[in-house]
Amino acid sequence: MTLSVDIRHRQGDFRIDASFTGSGRLTALFGPSGSGKSTLINLIAGLIRPEEGRIEVDGKVLVDTKAGIFLPRHKRRIGMVFQDARLFPHMSVRSNLLYGRWFTPAAERYMDMDAIVNLLGIGALLERKPARLSGGEKQRVAIGRALLSSPRLLLMDEPLASLDEARKAEIMPYIERLRDEMKIPIVYVSHSVAEVARLASDVVVLAQGKVTASGPVSDILQRLDLLPAGERGEGGALLETVVLRHDAAFSMTVLGSPAGEIRVPGMNIPVGDPVRLRIRARDVMIATEPPSGLSALNILPGKVASIAHGDGAESEVCIDCNGVSVMSRITEQSRQTLDLRPGLPVFAVVKTVSFDETSTGKGMREAHL
Amino acid sequence: MNWLLDLTPDEWTAVRLSVKVATVAMLASVPPGILIAYALARGRFWGKTLLNGIVHLPLVLPPVVTGYLLLLAFGRRGPVGAFLAEHFGIVFSFRWTGAALACGVMGFPLMVRAIRLSIESVDRKLEAAAGTLGASPLWVFSTVTLPLILPGIIAGAILSFAKAMGEFGATITFVSNIPGETQTLPSAIYTFTQVPGGDEGALRLTLISIIISMLALVASEVLARRLGKRMDVE
Repeated sequence: MTLSVDIRHRQGDFRIDASFTGSGRLTALFGPSGSGKSTLINLIAGLIRPEEGRIEVDGKVLVDTKAGIFLPRHKRRIGMVFQDARLFPHMSVRSNLLYGRWFTPAAERYMDMDAIVNLLGIGALLERKPARLSGGEKQRVAIGRALLSSPRLLLMDEPLASLDEARKAEIMPYIERLRDEMKIPIVYVSHSVAEVARLASDVVVLAQGKVTASGPVSDILQRLDLLPAGERGEGGALLETVVLRHDAAFSMTVLGSPAGEIRVPGMNIPVGDPVRLRIRARDVMIATEPPSGLSALNILPGKVASIAHGDGAESEVCIDCNGVSVMSRITEQSRQTLDLRPGLPVFAVVKTVSFDETSTGKGMREAHL
Repeated sequence: MNWLLDLTPDEWTAVRLSVKVATVAMLASVPPGILIAYALARGRFWGKTLLNGIVHLPLVLPPVVTGYLLLLAFGRRGPVGAFLAEHFGIVFSFRWTGAALACGVMGFPLMVRAIRLSIESVDRKLEAAAGTLGASPLWVFSTVTLPLILPGIIAGAILSFAKAMGEFGATITFVSNIPGETQTLPSAIYTFTQVPGGDEGALRLTLISIIISMLALVASEVLARRLGKRMDVE
């Protein structure tokens, strides 16, 4: 799938001038509120008509103002999941799910009702009315409804934003399965680093209606300067790891990565399974000598790759640990005291307990195996 | 009870005619009522204020004036009446169809108001969602908008029916007071009050007219509650 967007549009005082191409499995449109992410996704869905520009999905032109093309929303075959599920209140869950299927030509239906119902775990809800569903259930049904219209592309507009943490944790695995098991490309709007880190394959960063960066998620999350001020501490390194073993005695899980073994609180995941681990820059300490007498269990040897000065008081140090970048956010004073400079051999130190569910996206085990 | 139901054949005719006229007036008003309510709620066009004014005119004009205007337009020699009679064989003047037309026109503003309010309360985001699922605007209207405004349509229809049951001024001006053809309940009651010894008949028909109106209201309540339950919105 390739999505190419090149749009200029004005809404009141707000101007959006964005151009990007996405070809990943899950492209996140990331930025603070008011950055134009939702406007952009509404433009792709055809809910807003742009003043100027062009949108193309897989070679099919949806909008081209120069050529006078504007495909109406119902002819785009682009599924959309809204922040507020927007289920039809007068229909059962089953009728809601089958609504879009009805308008899809038989030859173009590639989604199967039973498969979707199983994937989303909504089999028990089919005869209910939307008013009798919880927030998380509504959102799962909304995802199923969009998928069953067999769209070319699935847009998700902050589908988790109106849910509490427990409900978010309930939905995220379904979105991951969608990304990994369905062949449908997804564009996902979010302002949360944790969501993007866990779900995205690619990221487009937006600020004030403009694209400030785009690329693979692991590259973008290391660029702490791109993140909104409030979320900067959430940024850091993304490591693709595998579960090596479980340490029953201390209820820990050992993950293997090129940078070395990393110990995290016990997880309910079989040995050999992949885990995408986020190491927040603010959780990483730097030592210039092998530390001893230290409680932290994860000590990763590496070299300073680069140093970025943030707002003067803090620096962002990128450490190359055997080919993997680990980010550390330290004070300017520490940087001067340790005399950090590119090429210096150092050790990145991370406490096991600094990892939580938002670092791995998987349920951390309670204190037992 | 016996006294109440012991109607003369003429009185029965008036009751039957009233129900027929009110039912036809109500049913015939629903499609144009939805159309105009939709245009007023959603449309952006030149002359919207004018259309709104014309729709509401029967509410503020004296009924006699409305009836006289109908007579001018739909009478045998009126421009619309002559056209319809010549091409479609539809005659309104001094027929029960004319009574239905007068009742429909008088109840129309009430129906349009009720439907318009319910259209304005529909969450347009639901319609946008239906659009992204592949439904064309016409399908969105018939599968999402229409079911959601059904309670408003029913409320408007009942109001129109009740108004038609009680309509007097416009009807008597337009189609006169012909027993068996245009003499509805109010006209019959009026006739009774004009003749000596007609008090008993007037009272009987008054009670019957109250009963029919109450039944209509109860029916609309039951329907609305059932719809509300079906939608689970409370």
